[in-house]
Amino acid sequence: MPEKTSLNTRQRTTLVAAACLVFSVAASVTVLRRVDRIRPEAPLEDALYVTSPNIVKRASLGYNGLMACIYWTRAVQYFGQRHFEGTGSYNELAPLLEIATHLDPHLTVVYHFGASFLAPKPPGGAGEPVRAIELMDYGIQNNPSDWHLYYDLGFVYYTELKNYPKASEAFARGAAIPGAHPSLRILAARMAEHGGDIETARILWTETLESNNDEQIKANAAEHLRGLKVDDDVIHLQSAVASFKRQTGRLPATMLELASAEGIPGIPLDPDGSAYLLTLDGRIQLQHPDDFPFATQGLPPGYKPPVRPTFHAKF
Amino acid sequence: MSARILHIATNTFREAVRDRVLYNLIAFALLLSGASILVGQISIDIERLVVINLGLTAVSLFGIVIAIFIGIGLVSKEIEKRTLYTVLSRPVRRWEFIVGKYFGLAGTLVVNTFFMAIGVFAALLYVSHKFVGSDASVFVALYFIILEFLVICSLSLLFSSFSSPLLSAVFTFSLFVIGSFAGDLRGFAGMAQGITRWLALGMSYLVPNLSAFNVITSVAHGQSVPAQLILQNTLYAIFYSGMALSGAVLIFERRNLK
Repeated sequence: MPEKTSLNTRQRTTLVAAACLVFSVAASVTVLRRVDRIRPEAPLEDALYVTSPNIVKRASLGYNGLMACIYWTRAVQYFGQRHFEGTGSYNELAPLLEIATHLDPHLTVVYHFGASFLAPKPPGGAGEPVRAIELMDYGIQNNPSDWHLYYDLGFVYYTELKNYPKASEAFARGAAIPGAHPSLRILAARMAEHGGDIETARILWTETLESNNDEQIKANAAEHLRGLKVDDDVIHLQSAVASFKRQTGRLPATMLELASAEGIPGIPLDPDGSAYLLTLDGRIQLQHPDDFPFATQGLPPGYKPPVRPTFHAKF
Repeated sequence: MSARILHIATNTFREAVRDRVLYNLIAFALLLSGASILVGQISIDIERLVVINLGLTAVSLFGIVIAIFIGIGLVSKEIEKRTLYTVLSRPVRRWEFIVGKYFGLAGTLVVNTFFMAIGVFAALLYVSHKFVGSDASVFVALYFIILEFLVICSLSLLFSSFSSPLLSAVFTFSLFVIGSFAGDLRGFAGMAQGITRWLALGMSYLVPNLSAFNVITSVAHGQSVPAQLILQNTLYAIFYSGMALSGAVLIFERRNLK
């Protein structure tokens, strides 16, 4: 009899303790959620207490490979969050990337993606091409046989700084590495002679599209190629308008008139299949400029691109 | 190895298992599987690197914690429970007791590392879907980690032979931290002059050079480890552990246990 009572008491205690446990877990989660709502969310940059790569390296006690991965993940999260919010402020991005690369100088993914986060102008990136170049130089110094880094360096010089001689030099240095992609030699030559050409840009973005596995980078490259197609079309159509005016002394009234007079087959269409517009003052214009965030031609006067461009290509 | 040493080593291993030391494997498995899945979603292109870096770092840290916290109690716990007197009243010499304890703890850590290694390779297979030739270097990194454990075990046993568990833990952990900076210490010695130089140089050779055993980052990048380094590190671990173990035996032989 006393044994049965003892067992019942134990069972009762177990039940009460289990109920208390479940209740406490649920209550603490609920309360914590309320606390999170009351307190403003701490931005990630506030959490970057140590900005010196050397101190972080010493503090990692030799486990710097893991710390580098953690800092790289933080950089990705930081960039992604800022990019999503559209704040355009990426103050802590460069320090995060620098710490990650000092912890593990052979973590080439940081140079590769880091440069594409740092270099482009906001909102696409941090707008710090000089720091991106410093990052790439550090990467090349520590991984001199990785031709991809020279490609990325040349890419930053070309797209952000329009420094074609430097871009050509970077591509040429990359092309000299055994096993480098043959396109580097072509890019080096084209950059030296026709730096600002649409065709050069097309080769560069096609190479980026084909040589990358990351969906975001592929989508970005595809979007640039769409923009280049528009630029190319508009430039050709604009010269057709000029030719028409030279011959007739007036502007074409319609796109159909321009097409038939200049031997253009059908109404010219943009990459999405919408017809290009011909304005009264003879300008060729896109119907939906927001759909081509990297187009530089065919934009309405005073046009402001969207803060967060939409990529149409999916991979 | 004499039968008596083997018996002490086996009992030390059993005691560690009874103390649920191997439960850390569950935490390790959860950590590794969680990280393998999570990193793929929140980072870019480093899944494989994280599995190797995190896996090997966890193997190393878990093992060092076990080596310190079990090693510091190996002698003092036996004195406290008075079981040491029973052991030593039999035909067991003091040095055999120390050496047996050392091999028991080392064996525990080797078994623990073996199961963790299976976890690391399973996670690697999960993220990469196949093994590549350079993955063989992970074995070398694991071997170096075991060598590191041998050194830490010998140090914790050395401190345990004359000090309290708390102080032994502090001393061993401090030496682990200092040992991670042994290379820097030698660098500082090179910059100093006169007697300071020799003192600093002596200190840098006295503390364990644990950074020599750390090849995790290079192995994660698929770089091979030179055979000469494997040989020299093996010799270093044997000699350094021998040095600390000899110290422990010398102290314990002269210790008044009354």
